[in-house]
Amino acid sequence: MAGCLAVVARDLLIALRHRSDVLTTFFFFVIVVSLFPLGVGPEPDTLREIAPGVVWVAALLAAMLSLARMFGADYADGTLEQLVLTPQPLVVLVLGKVAAHWLTTGLPLVLFAPVLGLQFDLSADSLVVLLLSLLIGTPALSLIGAVGAALTLGVRGGAALTSLLVLPLYVPVLIFGTGAVVAAATGAGAAGHLSLLGAMLMIALAFAPWATAVALKISLE
Amino acid sequence: MAINWFKYSSPQTFYPLAGKMVPLFMVAAAALGIAGLYVGLFFAPADFQQGEAYRIIFIHVPAAWMSMFIYLVMAFWAGIGLAFNTRLSSMMAHALAPTGALMTFIALWTGSLWGKPTWGTWWVWDARLTSELILLFLYIGYMSLAAAIDDPRRADKASALLALVGVVNIPIIYFSVQWWNTLHQGASVSISRAPSMASTMLAGMLLMVFAFWSYSIAAALMRVRIVILERERNSVWMKELNKS
Amino acid sequence: MLEASQIECVRGSRRLFRNLSFRLEAHQALRVRGENGSGKTSLLRIVAGLSPAESGSVSWNEGNIRALGEDYLRDLLFLGHSNGLKDDLSPVENLRFALSLAGAGADELTLRATLAEQGLAAITDLPVKLLSQGQKRRVALARLSFSAQKPLWVLDEPFVALDAASVDRLANTITGQLQRGGMVIFTTHQEVDLPGTAMRTLELEGVH
Repeated sequence: MAGCLAVVARDLLIALRHRSDVLTTFFFFVIVVSLFPLGVGPEPDTLREIAPGVVWVAALLAAMLSLARMFGADYADGTLEQLVLTPQPLVVLVLGKVAAHWLTTGLPLVLFAPVLGLQFDLSADSLVVLLLSLLIGTPALSLIGAVGAALTLGVRGGAALTSLLVLPLYVPVLIFGTGAVVAAATGAGAAGHLSLLGAMLMIALAFAPWATAVALKISLE
Repeated sequence: MAINWFKYSSPQTFYPLAGKMVPLFMVAAAALGIAGLYVGLFFAPADFQQGEAYRIIFIHVPAAWMSMFIYLVMAFWAGIGLAFNTRLSSMMAHALAPTGALMTFIALWTGSLWGKPTWGTWWVWDARLTSELILLFLYIGYMSLAAAIDDPRRADKASALLALVGVVNIPIIYFSVQWWNTLHQGASVSISRAPSMASTMLAGMLLMVFAFWSYSIAAALMRVRIVILERERNSVWMKELNKS
Repeated sequence: MLEASQIECVRGSRRLFRNLSFRLEAHQALRVRGENGSGKTSLLRIVAGLSPAESGSVSWNEGNIRALGEDYLRDLLFLGHSNGLKDDLSPVENLRFALSLAGAGADELTLRATLAEQGLAAITDLPVKLLSQGQKRRVALARLSFSAQKPLWVLDEPFVALDAASVDRLANTITGQLQRGGMVIFTTHQEVDLPGTAMRTLELEGVH
């Protein structure tokens, strides 16, 4: 456990010193969301309808683009090797890496999404559910993405390859995330979707760190 | 007479065995295929609702079933290779992937062809077709990852892990796509709701399934021989084979 | 006691070596020598358990390292080619993190004192990316001073980029480890003298 917290603290410290990484992901998210009205037209009803999907897809893409950074730098400078050779369960250390990744890439999206939702004229209820769905969903995205990031370390193909591997696995989170917001908007109640999203987070929490640890060892062979 | 199955678990002994089995399965595939198509295209009656157009299911459904089944078999062999470090299992998984992807593609394409006369559009986002599309991405992801890694052993292990993660996710993906489909469609626009089966239709379908199955086995065996040639080209037994 | 038995190493489609066996006991050092590409780093990574051997096994105190898992890692210190340092953190921060992962705590004063011993007093708080190659190597090597409780040290090219004084310092550190009853495996292109210790050389012949 101590190792996990040490990893989180170290990664947060690095993120603090290298703020550009965190900010570029965040601005990517904002820009992508803003592109849709430009592409689709400013009609308020249309925008209100597509808003959940747009915000969620943008969050998904932003999460995906930031995956390379989860282990990439550690792989290059040799600290990943040291992490794997630590006499502590790798699964716990991986959890620390993923937690730090989420805190620096997912959490900013979660906090800012309601502001973007306002741009699309979502109701207050919808905004709350949007926030909740992203709050539950983005950690799942980080966890699932960690497996893809670990598998593609040092491999040709870069972000495109990682995206190809990870996007199909993201689909369920996307479906229930947007489903929750749509349900709230139509008054049907988002509780069902949010609990399914929560279930997905639990499953990801149970399996992804272990799969990521195996993938890291394979990548270091 | 006890067959020593482990004898065939090395690429060296499996190579000639596979070579002998390929023609058998090809012939079986051809025979079953012709029989199945005859039953499906000429023998089975026209559907009450959809007329002649429904006959595409004799290709669509077997292809879809094979696409799912092959993924499971592929993940199984990949998993064995990962757990027990056996080379041939991983090679078999790599050999199966392109055939599985082909089946998925056929399922999607025939699904699209079916949609046009039935619903008027070239693509319908029904639950089964959408799941097939995601399955195609899973296959392509597996093949791309294996192709992108230079070291064959690392490629085997990494793609195996990916395949296993995929297998665990397939039920989740299928369930969520079903949910998504029922949310967004009023009357369910379901291509995959096959017409109620007359027994001749069922017979035709089964013949086609076995035809596709035989073809898949033959294709995978042919391909695994090529993979064996590629991987083992520097080994002693390969060089002996070349000399003789 | 470390025992390597019939190790075979394959990289890509090249076999680097096979039937390689050696035994390392307390107070012993093993120097691995060979041309570039002969598999020195691969061998060290196999010993550390990072890479699997094509065939053969490595055992630590009679237990296969694959089975021992964390028990082996607790006794092992591995320093690879790359320094294992985060560029954006200072030497002190890097060292503190490495030690906390390894379960060895050390207070601030001791950390700084050790870095000062390595001749790094002036730059202990600068981000590592501003240091020279030699300085970075010395920061990485500072970990050795805190690893007395680890019996097995596996060091890949530890002497690279070091000046004469640092080479001597490192040689002394290694000698100290050996005298304590530890074991060291290392690779180096330079000739290194470890006086008063039992050092053997393992020669890797290169690609057949």
